[in-house]
Amino acid sequence: MVHPLLFLEFFRKLLAPLHIPDASADAISYTWLVILLLLVLSLLATSAIKSIPGAMQNFMETVILGIENMIVDTMGEHGRPFFPLIATLAIFVLVSNLIGLIPGFFPPTANINTTAACAIIVFVSTHVVGIKHHGIGYIKHFLGPIWWLAPMIFFIEIIGHLSRPVSLTLRLFGNMNGHELVLMVFFALAPFFVPLPMMLMGVLVSFIQAFVFMLLAMIYIQGSLEHAH
Amino acid sequence: MDFFSMCVFAAGIGMGLGAVGTGIGQGFAVKGAVEGVARNPGASGKILTTMMIGLAMIESLAIYALVICLIILFANPYKDIALKLAETAAK
Repeated sequence: MVHPLLFLEFFRKLLAPLHIPDASADAISYTWLVILLLLVLSLLATSAIKSIPGAMQNFMETVILGIENMIVDTMGEHGRPFFPLIATLAIFVLVSNLIGLIPGFFPPTANINTTAACAIIVFVSTHVVGIKHHGIGYIKHFLGPIWWLAPMIFFIEIIGHLSRPVSLTLRLFGNMNGHELVLMVFFALAPFFVPLPMMLMGVLVSFIQAFVFMLLAMIYIQGSLEHAH
Repeated sequence: MDFFSMCVFAAGIGMGLGAVGTGIGQGFAVKGAVEGVARNPGASGKILTTMMIGLAMIESLAIYALVICLIILFANPYKDIALKLAETAAK
């Protein structure tokens, strides 16, 4: 089910030599659009930094300070170095989700490749951070408190750890793609008024899913930073 | 009954059952949150945040069921085999 009537539909033909299916070409072109949008917004906000901030700078300061407070609340002081990673993921996911509500735009997070990429980044960072912080003692995280149950607990912990990127991917992809499918069905049924309540719910779901993604990323990184049980 | 009607049947029942469990689970979560806010209205900000996180976790189980149903309906891996079997059976 490919989304009809998109503004950047010509990218499907542009990317056709790479044998990319239509849905992925949509996600790629709208990811580029989100990247461009975020770069332009950041340049506008930081181009003339004043002591008494103007409108754009004030707004970005609120967002950045809000995320930083949440990171220090959840992860403690040693969570500060991860602020760029988590803030980038959070703002990218939020803007990607919200852009889908404008008619003619497609949310890149409604494609499983985008969400899988974000989830794999979080997964790899948790393990890299754990190994950098604890060295070889990181294996103690997988062994559990009772030493003679360690082989069984090792497999259970591995399965639990592997389920994290799967759940992150599917949660974000399922919410966004399900919303797009429902909107497509409603547009086919009754074009002007029936999709509106679904779009209101879409705003709520976009914010909540971006918030939950950011929170889970923080909790996973926090879990690999702290000492084993 | 043939393959495609069983697919539609499975997708409908699967998503319906997924929604039942999620509805009950999220109902319990909201019940706990509302009781907490009723006892202590000053803590409503933290209680609301925790409730939102809990709801998103529970909802993700229904989303897993939804993804399986979408795969069954739209990206079914056995569709080609079923079509080939139906062709050979029709001859």
